[in-house]
Amino acid sequence: MATLGELERAVMDLLWEHPEAISANTLRDFLTQRPSNTAGGGSDSKELAVTTVLTVLSRLEKKGLVQRERDIRPHRYRAVTSRAEHTAELMLEVLGSAPDREAVLARFIGTVSDGEAATLRKLLSHG
Amino acid sequence: MFFTSWFLAVLAVVLAWPVPLLLSRARWTSRSPFSAMVLWQSIALAGGLSMIGAMLVFGLVPLGDNLLSGMRALLGIVLGSGFGPKPDPLGRLGFWNAFALSAAALLLAHLLFTLLLTFLRIRTQQNRHRQLLALLGSPAAGRPGTVVINHEAPVAYCLPGGARSITVLSDGLMNLLAPDELRAVLIHENTHLVQRHHLLLWAFAAWRSALPWLPTSRLAQRAVNSLIEMLADDEALKTVDRATLVSAIALVASGPAQLPASELVDAGRQQIDTPQTTSARLGRLLTPVPALARNSRALILAGSAALLALPTALLIVPGLLGG
Repeated sequence: MATLGELERAVMDLLWEHPEAISANTLRDFLTQRPSNTAGGGSDSKELAVTTVLTVLSRLEKKGLVQRERDIRPHRYRAVTSRAEHTAELMLEVLGSAPDREAVLARFIGTVSDGEAATLRKLLSHG
Repeated sequence: MFFTSWFLAVLAVVLAWPVPLLLSRARWTSRSPFSAMVLWQSIALAGGLSMIGAMLVFGLVPLGDNLLSGMRALLGIVLGSGFGPKPDPLGRLGFWNAFALSAAALLLAHLLFTLLLTFLRIRTQQNRHRQLLALLGSPAAGRPGTVVINHEAPVAYCLPGGARSITVLSDGLMNLLAPDELRAVLIHENTHLVQRHHLLLWAFAAWRSALPWLPTSRLAQRAVNSLIEMLADDEALKTVDRATLVSAIALVASGPAQLPASELVDAGRQQIDTPQTTSARLGRLLTPVPALARNSRALILAGSAALLALPTALLIVPGLLGG
């Protein structure tokens, strides 16, 4: 059985591929059709229940990643922002300007000034 | 008691301003980042201890001959139990003594709460970041604990979290670096995780946000940020040669500038606090200076221990001797 984390990932991948809102049933069908690319996948995913998909969706909704459209039944789900926007958000957090960011993660290279960048480029062209 | 409190106060002032200023300008720190790191920790701890200790001891002067008997008497007053000095015990505490005692208690509480709050804030941010990474990153083939994210900017960083620690690389970085350079980056990041650098960053970030107006907290945080990079570089140099590490740093550092339209460049530029980190790192890699001699390192470590022992002894020993 795939872990919840792996399912969350697979569900998000599907929602990002399909910008239009889709229902849990459709998602389940997609998930069982798609050859699982996660380690524990394979034939297990055929037994995936819609309730499991709903659990995963509500977890993702709680995390603010998924939006539920309640006006028609069954409810339809869509990703709140695109994959690229999420990646940009992540990168902004990494490269961003928060003064306490260093305590959260350790970057290989901090910010370089213009002068430093020039020195570095010179260094590279000589190397 | 009275002189102890003044001595601690002088020590607190010296450790809050002139000493950190001198240390931040010292050149030997890049020759032995480890000793420098120990010294900074000792300065911060001894500084905090003498700040609180000075006020505490001053406040307790009317109540006892030493910290222990003073504390016992104070406890008696606060709890209203029999073994405190009577009658009218509070009357023996002058206004300034009571003021100093309250200030000591407030400062101690402030420091501990800031430490705790900083920890919680960092952990929340890390969890959120880890969550997004779990969805966006793909595991790097053959490298456990390493994740690749699809972004053109060359970025490498590590997200600490015990067994859940992750090293993150971007596609941009993988495309930019040769295998040897990539290895240097990975060893560098792994050193941060192995040597638990995040604990230092956490403690000094808390120290800074607790006392932002104190020169020592700002200088210490800046120095620690820079020293952990040097420590990680030194570890990488055990496996890869200097030229490889330098070119990895140069390539990654000049990477974001090659994406002119990117909003990331602006985001990076706004950062004010780590301007010298990269140049200090590069400086010692480009013009290597020999590591500090064993004797000098031992001296610095002994000095750090003595620095911390001094306020501790001043606070505790009279009580132990006086009984």
